[in-house]
Amino acid sequence: MIWVNQVLQGILLGGYYALLACGLSLMFGVMRIINLAHGDLAVLAAFLVFLLTEQAGLPLAPALILVLAAMAVLGAVMQRTMLERSLRAGMLVPLLSTFGLSIVIENILFAGFGADTRSLAPAIGSLAYDSWSIGDEIYVGRLSVLIFLAAVLLLVGLQLVLARTPLGRALRATAENPDIAELVGINSRAVYAAAAAIAVATAAIGGIFLAMRATFAPYAGPAQLIFAFETVVIGGMSSLWGTLVGGIVLGVAQNIGAQLDPHGFLIAGHVVFLLGLACRLALGASETGGRFRALFGKAP
Amino acid sequence: MAEAGVILAAEGVIKRFNALIVLDRVDFRVGAAEAVGIVGPNGAGKTTLLNVLAGAFKPSAGTVRFRGAEVTDAGAAERCRLGIARSHQVPRPFGAMTVFENVLVAATTGGGFGGEAAYERCIDSLQLCGMLRLANRRAETLGLLDRKRLELARALATDPVVLLLDEIGGGLTDAEAGEMVATILELRGRQLAIVWIEHIVHVLLQVVDRLVCMNAGRVIADGAPRAVMADAAVIDAYLGGGVA
Repeated sequence: MIWVNQVLQGILLGGYYALLACGLSLMFGVMRIINLAHGDLAVLAAFLVFLLTEQAGLPLAPALILVLAAMAVLGAVMQRTMLERSLRAGMLVPLLSTFGLSIVIENILFAGFGADTRSLAPAIGSLAYDSWSIGDEIYVGRLSVLIFLAAVLLLVGLQLVLARTPLGRALRATAENPDIAELVGINSRAVYAAAAAIAVATAAIGGIFLAMRATFAPYAGPAQLIFAFETVVIGGMSSLWGTLVGGIVLGVAQNIGAQLDPHGFLIAGHVVFLLGLACRLALGASETGGRFRALFGKAP
Repeated sequence: MAEAGVILAAEGVIKRFNALIVLDRVDFRVGAAEAVGIVGPNGAGKTTLLNVLAGAFKPSAGTVRFRGAEVTDAGAAERCRLGIARSHQVPRPFGAMTVFENVLVAATTGGGFGGEAAYERCIDSLQLCGMLRLANRRAETLGLLDRKRLELARALATDPVVLLLDEIGGGLTDAEAGEMVATILELRGRQLAIVWIEHIVHVLLQVVDRLVCMNAGRVIADGAPRAVMADAAVIDAYLGGGVA
């Protein structure tokens, strides 16, 4: 029974990883940018919510809306002022500039909030520890279920936007070929800014859930980035749903690892990630070319 | 001000790539509903001129006017929305999207159509190019002829006033090129201005009112098609030293 429990908890944890990873995957799919500040942006959002609720005394709901909107704007501004310029110099430069941004965010947070570990658990009352029991031995946390549902909803929403809306078509067209997109009247700069806004807002959602289910500190970003990255690689970037599959595989592996040995949580995750990576490499380089382009569609 | 009837004009356009001068003070104009063919040997600057007209390249000097207003600084997306559409020599559909989506994205963003009107525009464009039966195919599964047709349908969906065609007949068999000519003649009936670069001169002559010949970045002849083809400079440059 304990194994069933671990698998179940792992699946729910996978929802959190998918939330964290889908923005990373979107940004890479549309702009070919690997955003090394993704985890730090998530943590930044958590601190902003903390600032508004604990220190400015705002209720949680308006604070969440304000922070998500602010993070979306930040994403668009980041794209226009920094990423767009970096991208002109090839793929490596955005990697360096987002790495720099990561350091800047971490140290601003450290300067502003100190090294203390915080949590938003107090702000959500009993939701932080309430659970449903299944039989006698299995308990699932309400928050974990909520996070999982939020992930599924977000992925369904993103998929619908990409498949059905003018913005989604413009995103897919620009992801394939920004120059040709311009020729049919798409302002690819605006589309890139929209993609960055969506990606950073989803990172913020991930960060806020992290803050509710656990703790966060100024330097917590890179660890979350690793999880998001592993999720994307395991899931294969073949579709947005790949991030959910990748997240679940990673979460289940970590929980089973933890059950085998108290230190096994991270190791098991990393091992599965490396296995996933090895499989992808073994499956052939031919796939990697089409993989990114097919991000939003079914594999051909 | 622009002369009456001139819809798109390049004036004194120079385009340099570092030391290489690709366009050397080119003057070019196309009137409303006029069809102009551009011929010239490889490297004459034909495609570059089209890129300058479409806004893909900014000229190093000179101006581009559309309906009398200067658009030299407008990018490709903005010019597309104004009514300048182009097709590429090598068709570049959005491969992961369906044929219909390719056209729809053009109709909604480039043409500014919304809702029902966008769908009608797409159906009309696809039908005109004989692509309606393939509307639900993924664009990357299409062969060359269908890709060229899609390229044209996508350009049409943006509701252009001027259509810039870059070797849309290239690589096609005579029968296929014939179909393409029929489609383009139909477009002429719709009062579209057309600028068409083509190596297959006899195809071009079936459609155009006026022929421009370029060589080494300059316009060397401009006038009635038969007269241009008979021009000594054209024969020398384009047909290679009076072989004809």
